[in-house]
Amino acid sequence: MNALVPLIVALPLLGAAIALGLGKRREPQIVVSVAALVAVAVISAILLVLVDSEGPAVVQVGGWNAPWGIVLVVDRLSAIMLLVSALMLLGVLLFAVGQGLLDGHAETPVSIFHPTYLVLSAGLFNAFIAGDLFNMYVGFEMLLSASYVLLTLGGTGARIRAGVTYIVVSLVSSLLFLSSIALIYGATGTVTLALIAERLPNLPGDVQLILGLLLLLAFSVKAAVFPLSFWLPDSYPTAPAPVTAVFAGLLTKVGIYAILRTQTLLFPDQPFSMLLMVLAGLTMVVGILGALAQADIKRVLSFTLVSHIGYMLFGIAIGTPLAIAATIFYVVHHITVQTTLFLCAGLIERVGGTTSLSRLGGLLKSAPFVAVLFFVGAMNLGGIPPFSGFLGKVALFQAGVQEGGAIIWVVIAAGAATSLLTLYALARTWNMAFWRPRKDVLAYSSATLAALQEDPEDEGTVLKKTVSPLMVGTTTAMLLLTLSLTLFAGPLFDVSVRAAGNITDPSTYINAVFPNGTP
Amino acid sequence: MNASLTLVVLMALMYASGVYVMLERSLTRVLIGFLLVGNATNLLIFIMSGRPGNAPIVTGTSLDESMADPVPQVLMLTAIVINFGITALLLALIYRSWWLARLGDEGDNLGDEHVDDVPATSEAALRSSADDEDAVQESLDEFGRGTDDSGAPEPTVAPRSSEGETR
Repeated sequence: MNALVPLIVALPLLGAAIALGLGKRREPQIVVSVAALVAVAVISAILLVLVDSEGPAVVQVGGWNAPWGIVLVVDRLSAIMLLVSALMLLGVLLFAVGQGLLDGHAETPVSIFHPTYLVLSAGLFNAFIAGDLFNMYVGFEMLLSASYVLLTLGGTGARIRAGVTYIVVSLVSSLLFLSSIALIYGATGTVTLALIAERLPNLPGDVQLILGLLLLLAFSVKAAVFPLSFWLPDSYPTAPAPVTAVFAGLLTKVGIYAILRTQTLLFPDQPFSMLLMVLAGLTMVVGILGALAQADIKRVLSFTLVSHIGYMLFGIAIGTPLAIAATIFYVVHHITVQTTLFLCAGLIERVGGTTSLSRLGGLLKSAPFVAVLFFVGAMNLGGIPPFSGFLGKVALFQAGVQEGGAIIWVVIAAGAATSLLTLYALARTWNMAFWRPRKDVLAYSSATLAALQEDPEDEGTVLKKTVSPLMVGTTTAMLLLTLSLTLFAGPLFDVSVRAAGNITDPSTYINAVFPNGTP
Repeated sequence: MNASLTLVVLMALMYASGVYVMLERSLTRVLIGFLLVGNATNLLIFIMSGRPGNAPIVTGTSLDESMADPVPQVLMLTAIVINFGITALLLALIYRSWWLARLGDEGDNLGDEHVDDVPATSEAALRSSADDEDAVQESLDEFGRGTDDSGAPEPTVAPRSSEGETR
């Protein structure tokens, strides 16, 4: 089982090298990158089954035992994240291939897009299996560098402007992360997570507090936690549709994963519980209020993305095993549904010619299948029973009620309101874009529509393009995956509970890395 | 742990000035700010490695007292390489946004790879660049002399240079 672990990072990197070497030969490149991601998805599935039955897989890279060498750890949480992200990356890649075949690869030029996309995948996987902070930093940098390239593909004015904001914000958070690693090394003499977890409690309280806050600050920028979330809605929507989908689904969740991992492993006493609780409530409410004011579907979705980060933060803030299990379930749900919705937005952009609500209309008649895809995804995100969005929120609220306390009740109320407002924002989007007759678009005027804020980069053009069966097929497959989260919610939640049991008890992780006791 | 006061003061200064410069509007200054903060972070890692002056080599069988800690040096090297790559990317972005700012709306519609298709546009961009003003003037003069000698009509130069100024 251990031999499989390094392959998760090595295969996409190898694929990237081959794809880059293949230059402009498109078909072999597509085959290579799809094969690499399929292989990782299969390996992740195998690992999830094995780890679930046999306990964490630990690899001491190069034969140097931790803490001297690099250690890779796959526990249940890592395996779940690996499997979900591999499936999402594969789906979005197929969507991008479908779109590229139609457009002659104008939006996603194969020779650059595929290698970069694979490096992004490798960085993502590396961050999930890293057993030490510095390796996690390297994973972050890999995926961020790749994301800089993907975001500015084509180098148009809008993308460069969005890209510069994104890059500078990401750089600052990376430097904060690196500084906190340096300070942690200075304080504990190691970067291995398991050993830090062992040594950190012996430090003076104020030093612990500073180290914890620095880590939290660095990860919060990446996870787009209010008030560090303002970069996100301005930078994500300008990228090509598949790129936005993968960013929205996965990049913020790496930040959430890092917060989840460090908070449970390094700070099991939860010194930041109250802070996280307040931030969770504010992230939910401020994010969704932003979504209500937008006229552009991609921007609406970006703001709902920020807002729903609050739910995951809420679960981490409660910190009980049930709450952590609910958080893991919610992360899985949110990754899949948000990626699918952004792919739907990509389809809407093609069949409707724009993503601005003020110029869309009559899509129910012209593209009924896209209407169904978007409707189901939107209801899922909005938390309508029986979808997984509803189940995840109920689990989170249940965990909150069990714990009790005034602030938790306030955040639960905020969460319920956010859920309703998400439903309102998405239902309005659906009504305007799909339900409204085409002929009403020009004659229609309403105070609400006039008050909505257009995308500042929107030039008011309507440019319709065809969609290929591959694009619709991938989106449908991913929607079916989100629906299967509802169907198989029971087994999935059981795995989440076991994963939460792992990570709420740091000794499991420490013993896995140091079977012979910590040095 | 011992740390040199000079290094600590230097690091603090670099952090402070780096953050200050990063808040400017100009992208080049943001880049300089990033470099300063990045190197301040490298210094921080270095300070964390303890007393300087020894080689990071294990000489004996057990832990050698006079050995410097090699791990922070490895971390620094990695961080330097990453910063180097990101700096190169940022420079390319800055150049690209400068190019777009010079070309205005035309630049939004033209990818870099298409620029060669429309020589007039790229020439216009070259001419409007203040930095190259002198060089352009020289080449224009030469071109003017050339046409005088051959007796070709003068106006071939005039419309193109005026186009360059309006952009």
